[in-house]
Amino acid sequence: MTELADHAVFEGQAPTFYLKEEHHPEGSTMLGFWLYLMSDCLIFAVLFATHAVLGRNYAAGPSPADLFDLPLVAVNTSMLLFSSITYGFAMLEMEKGDRKTTLVWMVVTALFGIAFVGLELYEFTHMIHEGAGPQRSAFLSSFFTLVGTHGLHVTSGIVWMFVLMAQVAKHGLIVENKRRLMCLSMFWHFLDVVWIGVFSFVYLMGVLG
Amino acid sequence: MFSDPDLLKFVFGRLTLEAIPYHEPILVATFLAVAIGGIALVGLITYYRFWGTLWRDWLTSVDHKKIGIMYVILALVMLLRGFADAIMMRLQQAMAFGGAEGYLPPHHYDQIFTAHGVIMIFFMAMPFVTGLMNFVVPLQIGARDVSFPFLNNFSFWMTTAGAIIIMMSLFVGEFARTGWLAYPPLSGADYSPGVGVDYYIWGLQVAGIGTTLSGINLIATIVKMRAPGMTMMKMPVFTWTSLCTNVLIVATFPVLTATLALLSLDRYVGTNFFTNDLGGNPMMYVNLIWIWGHPEVYILVLPAFGIFSEVVATFCGKRLFGYASMVYATVVITILSYIVWLHHFFTMGSGASVNAFFGITTMIISIPTGAKMFNWLFTMYRGRIRYEVPMLWTVGFMVTFVIGGMTGVLLAVPPADFVLHNSLFLIAHFHNVIIGGVVFGLMAGVVYWFPKAFGFRLDPFWGKMSFWFWLIGFYFAFMPLYVLGLMGVTRRVSQFDDPSLQIWFVIAAFGAFLIALGILSMLIQLVVSFIKREELRDRTGDPWDARTLEWSTSSPPPDYNFAFTPVVHDQDSWWDMKKRGHSRPLGGFKPIHMPKNTGTGVILGAASVVFAFAMVWYMWWLAGLSFLAMVAIAIGHTFNYDRDFYIPAEVVVETEGKRTEMLASEV
Repeated sequence: MTELADHAVFEGQAPTFYLKEEHHPEGSTMLGFWLYLMSDCLIFAVLFATHAVLGRNYAAGPSPADLFDLPLVAVNTSMLLFSSITYGFAMLEMEKGDRKTTLVWMVVTALFGIAFVGLELYEFTHMIHEGAGPQRSAFLSSFFTLVGTHGLHVTSGIVWMFVLMAQVAKHGLIVENKRRLMCLSMFWHFLDVVWIGVFSFVYLMGVLG
Repeated sequence: MFSDPDLLKFVFGRLTLEAIPYHEPILVATFLAVAIGGIALVGLITYYRFWGTLWRDWLTSVDHKKIGIMYVILALVMLLRGFADAIMMRLQQAMAFGGAEGYLPPHHYDQIFTAHGVIMIFFMAMPFVTGLMNFVVPLQIGARDVSFPFLNNFSFWMTTAGAIIIMMSLFVGEFARTGWLAYPPLSGADYSPGVGVDYYIWGLQVAGIGTTLSGINLIATIVKMRAPGMTMMKMPVFTWTSLCTNVLIVATFPVLTATLALLSLDRYVGTNFFTNDLGGNPMMYVNLIWIWGHPEVYILVLPAFGIFSEVVATFCGKRLFGYASMVYATVVITILSYIVWLHHFFTMGSGASVNAFFGITTMIISIPTGAKMFNWLFTMYRGRIRYEVPMLWTVGFMVTFVIGGMTGVLLAVPPADFVLHNSLFLIAHFHNVIIGGVVFGLMAGVVYWFPKAFGFRLDPFWGKMSFWFWLIGFYFAFMPLYVLGLMGVTRRVSQFDDPSLQIWFVIAAFGAFLIALGILSMLIQLVVSFIKREELRDRTGDPWDARTLEWSTSSPPPDYNFAFTPVVHDQDSWWDMKKRGHSRPLGGFKPIHMPKNTGTGVILGAASVVFAFAMVWYMWWLAGLSFLAMVAIAIGHTFNYDRDFYIPAEVVVETEGKRTEMLASEV
């Protein structure tokens, strides 16, 4: 239709000014959701920047080397990375139109996600019990807020996953549900990418001192 | 039951009867006026049996035109509130000299200047701009609605919810006394333990969600929904400036959200982001808030530039001079606006090199802005200028804004800023650009697009009255502040010692009084135009002989905007259609696919008001409950797959038939 517009002007002939057919602009959802992710990315950018500025302000309190249990964080990281792979499998099954297997992979993804949040909560409570809560120093304030914001995102991703499972179970892999699965896919992988940043800059660089 | 203090505390948090300011006569009188006005409004709606229509056709509407109109109504209501604050300050400062304390105690005065800034920026200018973009952009690009119509409705209600939260602080508790950006440590828990800053935080957070989402929505709309043939460089300039503004919104409002979230963690959880002890860093807040705050002023002024571009081209009967340079200037301003934030705190110790960098980037912004100014001038040059009201606002803008721009360049010089910072010179400067740029632009936009929205023009006599009162009032109100600022008078002061300063404040108060007449004229204009609406009726849909697509459809446009999607060949596509003898299709109508209305947005907005109120007053049970309710309602909404319908072809035939008759009656 766009071509028609460009080539519609001929010598001495009135150009076409109206489309006689219904105009169907291509869907905006993926672009819109991508823009949302970028706006969310900025929230994380602020939290990373804050951590970069405040991350060494221990206020005579514990430092990353005292607090972080890297093997635990490594396990945690692998949970999230595995969940991204399994979500990828769910998407492949969605492409094949296999509702049941899609749902199975989504359950597996959600379980990995729950394991991730569970381990993070364990880490948090452990730190708080040691007297290293978010009020202790600016470093810990920014640590808890950055990691906690990511954890909250994963949690809402899990809630979303269950809602979507119910919808796929109820209505099948219809166009709307496929679109939603795509959005959740982008969201989930985005959280993975953010976590790579958290793992590298907060945990690894933190322990390096 | 009510004698148990623990239970009371559990139920009401820190809300007590003391929080109701019944001992402040000014607030009691305001409350009575608002209550009487509110009851009268409710009575009128009931009397005319308007509730059903109001709910079905407006509050739950996903039509971008109605949402746009509701945004502008919200903005006008908040303009009255914000202006009431302004005139109270002007009166106080004109009175409080040589020992006289005026009529506002400092704790009240401080709330007023904070509320004035917050309301004028977030709840007057922002909804006004968003409302105009919402109404105009889909029409200008030949679309039937925005990309995400429900999201649009939701965004509007979040913005309104934010406004309601701010307004509640007037009668329950107090507002922040920190200035409009609430710098810590003053806004921290130690120095502002009351509810004022919390009202501020939650009002802005709730409205900010709406703003960000509507930004995403409009970008997607402009990128994806343009009529066939409308390449980027054929978009109307207002659509271009809207695109840039919405990019800025999406690129900056998350920063505001995150920054305010950190401030609220400091206040609620006891973290140490911006405190003075345990490693906190208040300068972090100042940097972050201005990384949002500086682009924010361009978010406001770019659409105004777009409006002036449309108005100048239309009322000079010429294609806009230098369309491409206008677009590039807009894009350059968009990018530069992100790298100048530090000029808001040159004096706060960044050092000479950093200040020099930000001073230079700031001065560079005046180049694309100047290019725009010349483009408008050259469009006028040898044009057939019609001095209708929108054109008057535009010319008033050009003169006024150049003055504001020049004082801006003065302030961009760091050594000069060391002298002028925090003074009334600064206040005069930013009112000069915001009133002279944004407000004049919005006024021009309202007069320009009003006939499109309602089907009749605004009365030009009262429009001119409004313009001249505003223009002259502006100069009386703010030129004295430049003088006072050069004499070293600082901002945010409620009483003065030196009686020789008083005359300048009296002149400024007189200016504020003239602006009040300008606002009154605008209200009279609305009433008079409504009464004379048959005389002012726009039957053609193109009352100004304009150039862009919104004028190719009827006034007001049908629900579906365009019976057939227009095909674009040129920048001023409607002008092109008129010049090359297009013929309006009279048959072959098809059913039109449209989104359905939904009440979810209103309900979520109401729930977020309850949530914010509960958070402000520490009613944790209510906060938890309303939060869960919001999540449940939002999830419930996703289970509704039945979101669209078809307008039957017969309805389209009937609507278009009426338009054919109306067009015929004009000739």
